[in-house]
Amino acid sequence: MNEDLRIIWRNFFNWVMGNGARPENEEIIPEAPPDLPFTQKQESRNSRFHEQTLHERYSRWLEIHGLHLFSNVYSGMSVLICVVIVLLLLATVAELPKFGSENNPANNEVMERYIISGGEETGAQNIVSGMILDYRAFDTFGESAVLFTAAVSVLMLLAASRRDSKNSGERLHKFTKDDSILRGVALISIPAIVFLGCIVILNGHLTPGGGFSGGAILSAALILAANAYGFESVHKFFSERKFVIMSSAALMIYALSKGWSFFTGANDFESHIPKGELGNIFSAGLILPLNICVGLIVAGTLYGFYALFSEEEI
Amino acid sequence: MTIIEWLLLGFLIVCAIAASMAKNLLNSVIIFMSYSLVMSVIWVLLRSPDLAITEAAVGAGVTSILFFLALRKVGQIHHEHEHESGSK
Repeated sequence: MNEDLRIIWRNFFNWVMGNGARPENEEIIPEAPPDLPFTQKQESRNSRFHEQTLHERYSRWLEIHGLHLFSNVYSGMSVLICVVIVLLLLATVAELPKFGSENNPANNEVMERYIISGGEETGAQNIVSGMILDYRAFDTFGESAVLFTAAVSVLMLLAASRRDSKNSGERLHKFTKDDSILRGVALISIPAIVFLGCIVILNGHLTPGGGFSGGAILSAALILAANAYGFESVHKFFSERKFVIMSSAALMIYALSKGWSFFTGANDFESHIPKGELGNIFSAGLILPLNICVGLIVAGTLYGFYALFSEEEI
Repeated sequence: MTIIEWLLLGFLIVCAIAASMAKNLLNSVIIFMSYSLVMSVIWVLLRSPDLAITEAAVGAGVTSILFFLALRKVGQIHHEHEHESGSK
């Protein structure tokens, strides 16, 4: 009985692994131990034979009809599941409160506190920056840490293939083509993009924007420079070593300064960091340096993803 | 809701369907870029300019470049001869 179960299991396993019909499987199946009675041995052989013919008939049927049936069932099921999910989501949207109405659950005392005393407590003219970098700064710290961890994971994943390509001594894609149109456009637009990114980061506590969007703009400028002038020219001032040092330092500064601020009394009440005047560029206490930290991490990480995936090297 | 918002929302839906229906993956990514661009305009109209900046930079910029890179890696975008253009 136990032997039968083992044989069925082995056939099932072979079928799952896709090598059920091979003849060598017959040799792998061990014979019943010799001390068993003759009848039982015969029985197990019969059942094995039965299994084998069933399996052959099934696989032959599968070859003729299986793929057709599978594709029909698959497309039907996918359409059905999509329609059901779309209907569910639309029903949920219909149940949501009306956009912008007064009695929405979002209009509670938290929002009142943020809007009425946010500028006074955080010193930031941009309430969104005040929220994400002051009231909920640990949230933003987690986001930056996730980005940094992702970049480090990609670095580690690609380490093996990079070692191989280092042996050959050449970069994977040698930059040979001299594209004058791309270079001309890049020459005009890169300073403008860098300028916009710096403005968005540095004015994060005054105007819309902040570390994340400014960092993404800066990384776009870096990617454009890498495409127009080659990765070597970007590599001159932004190497992998600099990327790791910059990102770690920015994360450490963020963690230490914000941790200190939380440790000495959460809302910056007793942290002795001057808030400055509302609307000045040197205001809002810690928000400006934190914005710069987040911007550096985001710019480095997004450019790092591009460089790693295209050249397997920052 | 002004008429321009209805127009943009309609364009958004058309983009979303076209991006998933397009046979060519390169076309699909370009349609996705235009989706992000229209979405950032809609964010401005919904009075959240910070989201609009992020959507334009990440959605229409960096994400599409990473998509192009992935397409080049799987061989959907071909180079001209042996020259490595590096722009796609």
